[in-house]
Parts: sequence; structure tokens; C-alpha cells
Amino acid sequence: MAFLDIQHLEKSFGPTRVVKDFNLNIERGEFVSFLGPSGCGKTTVLRMVAGFETPTSGAIRIDGREVTGLPANRRNIGMVFQAYALFPNLTVAENIGFGLKVAGEGKAAIARRVREMLDLIGLPQLGGRYPFQLSGGQQQRVALARALAPRPQVLLLDEPLSALDAKVRISLRDEIRRIQRDLGITAIFVTHDQEEALSISDRVVVMHQGVADQVGTPFEIYNRPATRFVAQFVGTLNLLDVDVLDATTGKVRLGGVPVALDQPFHGRPGERISLAMRPESVELGRGDSDRVVLSGEIAAVHFLGSVIRIRVAVAGQFVSLDTFNQPDRPPPSVGTPVEVSLPHRDLMVLAA
Amino acid sequence: MTEGRLWSWLAVALGGLYFLLPLVGMFDFSMRMQRDGYSFEAYRVVLADPQFQQTFGYSVVLALLTIVLGIAIIVPTAYFVRLRFPGLRPVVEFLTLLPLVIPPIVIVFGYIRIYNTSSVLPLTGSWWGTNLLILFGYATLSLPYMYRSVDTGLRTIDVGSLTEAAQSLGSGWTRILAVVILPNVFVSVLSGAFLTFAIVIGEYVFAALLNVGSFGPYMVWMGGNRAYEPSALAVVAFAITWACMALIQLVTRFSKFSTVRR
Repeated sequence: MAFLDIQHLEKSFGPTRVVKDFNLNIERGEFVSFLGPSGCGKTTVLRMVAGFETPTSGAIRIDGREVTGLPANRRNIGMVFQAYALFPNLTVAENIGFGLKVAGEGKAAIARRVREMLDLIGLPQLGGRYPFQLSGGQQQRVALARALAPRPQVLLLDEPLSALDAKVRISLRDEIRRIQRDLGITAIFVTHDQEEALSISDRVVVMHQGVADQVGTPFEIYNRPATRFVAQFVGTLNLLDVDVLDATTGKVRLGGVPVALDQPFHGRPGERISLAMRPESVELGRGDSDRVVLSGEIAAVHFLGSVIRIRVAVAGQFVSLDTFNQPDRPPPSVGTPVEVSLPHRDLMVLAA
Repeated sequence: MTEGRLWSWLAVALGGLYFLLPLVGMFDFSMRMQRDGYSFEAYRVVLADPQFQQTFGYSVVLALLTIVLGIAIIVPTAYFVRLRFPGLRPVVEFLTLLPLVIPPIVIVFGYIRIYNTSSVLPLTGSWWGTNLLILFGYATLSLPYMYRSVDTGLRTIDVGSLTEAAQSLGSGWTRILAVVILPNVFVSVLSGAFLTFAIVIGEYVFAALLNVGSFGPYMVWMGGNRAYEPSALAVVAFAITWACMALIQLVTRFSKFSTVRR
């Protein structure tokens, strides 16, 4: 049995079902991110694991123990909030020692653990400060130390980086992952930022309208999205609507021109489906023989420095592609007829 | 100085005179008890009066008990309304405003009718009962000030996140209220407490109708029977109120975790 086992979890607020039949197994020491847009139910699932919301139905087990009906203060779970939620009247050291004091540990043990935690977050000299004397990044580090101090079974992080500026966000994100690895603690990280989720997670759960659309490693989620929503939400994606000619041989029609995909898919002749491709898979030119080739003309060129993003109009639709900047090769001008191609294996067929 | 600025200063000066002149006059009068010049004789007489000491002491104890009762009722109520029942806030606000709308004489007549010696709960029949009744009555009178102060304090902190943070660290409700919420709204509670103190110290209607020997009836009696001492008493009462306000400021400034500039 998995360390954290969530089964058939449902949550309704009045007539609105915000979480629908959510199932997930998380192994001990795993770092799992819940990724999705606002209102997809990711925070609600996290709050049900924490004990702040009561599920309408379903079960949550931690290390074999059923905790579904247990109040939040008896679950032994550490939580880090978006708004830090440090106690303003307590010093950094008192904040970190709070959970240990509640657990009835002795003064010496608390002081030792607080020192250990301050070292872990790299702020050993700030124990005597009050939260209002710290920067946002420092406050969130303290909040992390406070959550970890009582040695919780599971660490829950509810968009902990959203209130920070971009630079601090990246450094703190790496630090959270390092600390999680060092301690080997099981962690759930909620975010709406795909880069955050993909860069630090062992597995990502992409949520959409209360349902876990796909659970997989960042590599799987990015390269083999299971649904149209996952494909569109994670990364930048080109979508082209085509009509099925013959699904068994992989033939479609794009704007009146037959295109051979050379891979079978599900669909009836005449049915409209979508072809999805990542901008980095598409190249200018025909390339070698094992590629899908599309003809069009340059619609726009965006010079982004090291990368040039080119938009190509193909039968009234658009395909974006990225090429590296090369000083001896200026980008093509708008209106130039071009062919673009991509490997068969990088083409995703999605139901419309 | 521009013309606009001149008018502003004139308005401020007029307003200041309106408030200060009667105080200066009262203070001047309270110092003229002895015919041969200014003296603090009226103050000496008032402060040495055993009845002053007894009634003032009684009112101070009553005020402190009212504050404790008020905090015990209002802090958890305002906290749970904010945390769990935000929809009830207008209702609770309306209820706490009632003591300002219903005159105290109506409230105390209601108390006397309900708790008289021939009722099921004859509180007015005993010394303890009457004191308890007046304590509850004063707690009711303090509701508008206490609730507003505490609610304003709660608005300045993220009640929901702090509560959840404390819960996730193993805290129960009592510890959350005592260790996390109360210290963070302490200055607000204190300002509500000082207002309550000022109200209870000067309250007359409840005390007179329940026949209790508190400071309010003593001041009225003094005003009807003496010349200089009532002015001295009024100045003392003002001094107490101002001292309370200064204390609020001091506590706010020197609160260790306050973000107020020092």
C-alpha cells in the first residue's frame, strides 16, 4: 500500500462538485505537484488532506492509518501557506518551536531542533527577529522550517512561491526540493505554474474541473499529454484542426491538402480531430524523410534574443516554431513561402 | 501664508477653543476653593473623602470585571464570526449596537422586572445577585465598543491562515485563541477595554436604579451638594480618561512585534 493513499475523494460545496472521484497513491519520500488553473480543485484536495475541509465522500490514509475524519491538529501534517502565516507576535525561533511546544517537548529539545531548522534554511542568525523584520523569501523559509520542525509525516505546500518575486521564486523552489530530498519527506506541492511543477516534482497531477486529468512524471506529462486540456495547459502547443481521411493508415486532410501522418489513430472518416505539436519539435524545411511536412508562409517573426519564434500560416491556421538565433543567418521575412516539418513521433493526435 | 491656509488655522483654533475653554474654566473654578488664591484644596477634600475612595474603588473593580467578562464573550464571538460565519457579521454588528439604540433606563427596567424578588431568578434580592446583574448590564453596555475594537483588530490579521497554521502544528481552539489570536489583537482589545473602563466609571442610570454605591451616583450627589468639589471631580475624571488614551498609544508604540514606527 502507498504511503499516502487517496481514494474516490469527492467534495461538493452546495450543488457544485469541486472534486470528482479523485484517486492518488503517493510513495514515501515522493514529491508530487498538483498543477492546474484557478478553481480546478487542487487546493481543495490539499485542504482535505490537511484536514481543513471534510470530504463529501472518499477516504484518505497516511501510512495505513485512516485520517479522513481526524481533525487537522491530530494528523501530524506540516503545511506551508501562500501568505506565510507566521505568527506576528512570536520571534522566528518561537515560530519554529511552536509545534514542538504544542507537542510538549522540553525547552532544551526545542532549542536544539530550532537551531537545526535555522541551519537547514540557512538563516542561523535570525532566530531573534520578528516576522515583520524579514523579507518575503526569508519569511517563507521560516514557514517551511516551522512546518518541518515537529517532524510531520507529510509536508503540504499551498502555492508557497506565488507571493515572491521571480528570482527568489526560483532559488527557493530549488531549496524546497533540496530540503525535501535531504529529509526524505513526502510532499505535495500545489501550483498553477507549470514550470515550477515540471522542474521540481517526481510526479505531476494535472487537474481540470475537479478531476485528475493525468498523473505522471514531468517528462510524460510534457511529451505524452493524455488529454487535450493537459496538452494545452502544459507548455506551449500548436493545434491544427484536420479532417480524418483514413485513420488506420494515418491520413488526414488539412485545408484541402492530404497529409500523411504515418501513424494510425482512432477516428472515423470525415471526423474533425486536432493535431498537436510543440514549437521546439517543428523545424523550417523538409528535413529527412521520416517527417510530416506542412506548407505555408511566414506570418510573423518574433526576435526573443537567443531564440526566434516564427509563426507560419498553414491553410488558414498557425504553427509556431522556435529556432536558435544564428548571427550569420537572419530570420526569414514575413510573406515568404516555406515548408515546415516535424518527426512523426512528436505529433500528437487529440480528439477535437 | 496663503489665504486658504489662514482659514484652515482659524477653523482649527476655533474648534480648539470650543473644546478647551470650558475645561480651562472648570479647572480654574476647581482651584478657587480658598478665597485668598489658587489651591488644590478641592482636590484634597475630594480625594480624602472616604465615600470617594469607597465608590471609586468599587467602580474600578466593577470596570475590571466587566472588561474580563467582555473579553471572554467578545473575542471568541468576533473570532468565530470572522472565521466560520462571515455571513452573520451584519447580524452580530446590529445586535452589539443595540445598547446604543435602547436607552440604559429601558434595559435596567427590564432587568428589574425580570429579576425582581418575586421572579424565578430573584437577583435583585441579594448583594451578590445585584452585583452580578450590574456586571452583566455593564458588559452589555460595553458591547458596541468592545466588539468594534476587537473586530477591527481581527481585520488586520489573516485570521484564517493563522488558525490553520496553528492547527496544522497541533493546536486546539483554546491555545489558538490564547496564544495566536489574542496577543495579535491585544492593542485593539486594550482600546476596547479602556473605553469600557471609562463608561463603567461614570455610569449613573444602572447604579442609581439598582441602588448600588458606585462612582456615578456619588458624582451626582456631589454635584447637587457641593460647589468646588464637583469641578475637581470632573477634572480628575478627565485626567483618568486621558491617561487611558495615552496608555493605548504607549502600548501600541512599544508593542514588540508592532510595525508602528517607533
